[in-house]
Amino acid sequence: MELIFALAIGVLAGSGVWLLLRPRTFQVIMGLTLMSFAVNLFIFGMGRLRLNAPPVLQSGLPIDASHYVDPLPQALVLTAIVIGFASTALFLVVLLASRGLSGTDHVDGREPEA
Amino acid sequence: MKEAVMQHLPVLPVVLPMMFGAFLLLLPEARHALRGGVALFSGALQLAVALTLLILADGARPDLWPQGMGVYLLGDWPAPFGIVLVVDRLAAVMVMLSAVLGLVALVYSLAKWERAAVHYLPLLQFLLMGLNGAFLTGDIFNLFVFFEVMLAASYGLLLHGSGLARVRAGLRYIVVNLVASSMLLIGIALIYSVTGTLNMADLAGRAGALASGERLLFESGAAILSVAFVIKAGAWPLNFWLTDGYGNAAAPVAAVFSIMTKVGIYALVRLGSLLLPTGAPAAFGLEWMFIIGVATLAFGTFGLLSAQKLEKVVGYCVIVSSGTLLTALGMPGVALTGPALFYLISSVLATGAFFMLAEMIERTRSFGANVLAVTFDAFDLEDAASQNRSDDVVGVAIPAVMVFLGLSFVCCVLLVTGLPPLSGFVAKFALLSAAVEAASGPTPSIDAWLLVGGVLVSGLIGVIAMSRTGMRIFWGGERVTPRLRWSEAAPVTALIGLSIVLSIQAGPIIEYLSAAAQTLDRPAAYIEAVTSAQSIRLPQGLRP
Repeated sequence: MELIFALAIGVLAGSGVWLLLRPRTFQVIMGLTLMSFAVNLFIFGMGRLRLNAPPVLQSGLPIDASHYVDPLPQALVLTAIVIGFASTALFLVVLLASRGLSGTDHVDGREPEA
Repeated sequence: MKEAVMQHLPVLPVVLPMMFGAFLLLLPEARHALRGGVALFSGALQLAVALTLLILADGARPDLWPQGMGVYLLGDWPAPFGIVLVVDRLAAVMVMLSAVLGLVALVYSLAKWERAAVHYLPLLQFLLMGLNGAFLTGDIFNLFVFFEVMLAASYGLLLHGSGLARVRAGLRYIVVNLVASSMLLIGIALIYSVTGTLNMADLAGRAGALASGERLLFESGAAILSVAFVIKAGAWPLNFWLTDGYGNAAAPVAAVFSIMTKVGIYALVRLGSLLLPTGAPAAFGLEWMFIIGVATLAFGTFGLLSAQKLEKVVGYCVIVSSGTLLTALGMPGVALTGPALFYLISSVLATGAFFMLAEMIERTRSFGANVLAVTFDAFDLEDAASQNRSDDVVGVAIPAVMVFLGLSFVCCVLLVTGLPPLSGFVAKFALLSAAVEAASGPTPSIDAWLLVGGVLVSGLIGVIAMSRTGMRIFWGGERVTPRLRWSEAAPVTALIGLSIVLSIQAGPIIEYLSAAAQTLDRPAAYIEAVTSAQSIRLPQGLRP
């Protein structure tokens, strides 16, 4: 499971960085989104991967940390997702404004001279 | 009542702007006078709170705040489990600085900028909330959250007034900061995974006890974290967004932004101070900060020479000030920290005034050439018959405009280049004398001389670049005399006046800042204050 998880993060982050370096604003926003996916998975993984362990206390289980998974990274991921989502939405608006004002979707606001 | 206010004082710099910002969102946009009044009231309250914190942090009430450390448990959860806000001298100084800058920028923008688009005043409040939160928090993830609050508000403010140049600069600014935020998160997650804590004071204790493999992960996390802070601080080679972004922002916005680069430096200093006793990792340590600082200083200095527009010149002044600070704080020992903090205050006030002045000077050019003309047309700001016209609210234009602009320009140049008699000189002199002392000590180092040389050369080049700009502005070409309002002239005058106060009262202020530096050098007091903070609600037996 660790290998698959690590590969997923690696692929997401790698594609994200590649897209981020592309000249079109849509590619940039896709890159940012993929990178934030990778980061969110990474934070989640930093709480150690465990199967069948709940993050919140359950009445059936004994009060013992070994029966539970660390809940804090999950809370952090939730916060990071919300913030990342909001910033990306805002970036989308700026992207559209830039497209409208400059008439091109190039990140420089003008087409490169061929 | 009084005791309750005293008890909750550390959280007020965060709560006040949040409440007032939310309230301002509810008021209708057209009621300018009311909204302006509410925002001014909020600014005045924040200033009062910041002043009280400044006095308390100096140990005025040892019964409430032992050793001048104010710890506030959010939600009354004790230290490593809940989030804490911590006020010490450094944090109090930074909160004060942001309150001052926020207030003057607000006054300046009431004349015109507030009307250039919607939601300006709430965004300014939220920016101040994020700034104050980042200065006060004692938890690294909470630091990230306040960074984001600050950045989200700054995105809106940067785009305030719209226009192609601003949107283009804003686009890059947002991308850079989103990537920086990702790095911040990766760093925080790595640090949490090995230490199991997010509390800075707790972290300082646990970092020392890590095994070598874990230590390696911890150091990588810290390095990634510091890259994010360095991006915010505008350090070379990650600062290409800065001059474009700040130069295109509305003037009062750029003025407040001049403290935003210092948030990155503050975070580096704060975490560096806490981690130092257990061996500060990578960029929080001294060598790296010094090298980055020298490179930033050089980049900013050459940028000054290359820049043509005044806004760009001021943007490079911000970079030079970041570079000087990183270089000075990267020196070993605590001798330079006090003077460096004095330089920080002086340069933030100076660049803040300079950004506002630059916009007023820009108006001496014929108006058609102005990029902002479109916005002004759209919101009828220049139409004498319009409802939105601002003169009827804020009063008459001031006389002797060119004299005022010229004098203020000279003052700003003196401040940022560090020539006598204003506080820029005092700051650089204190910095240089401390550096020379360090250089002639028992272990003379080349670093100190590099600092002295770098600061002097950058000052000289700054004078050359800015006298050239000044000559072009005031002596060359066709100029029109613009109309200025008192409420626009007053903030610049106030900031320059403050820097005069800084130079007259330099003794006690440097003493205060040296005490702040001493506290940073001995983080045990900070750690002790955080870990011993008692929850009121929890019964005695459950307290850790």
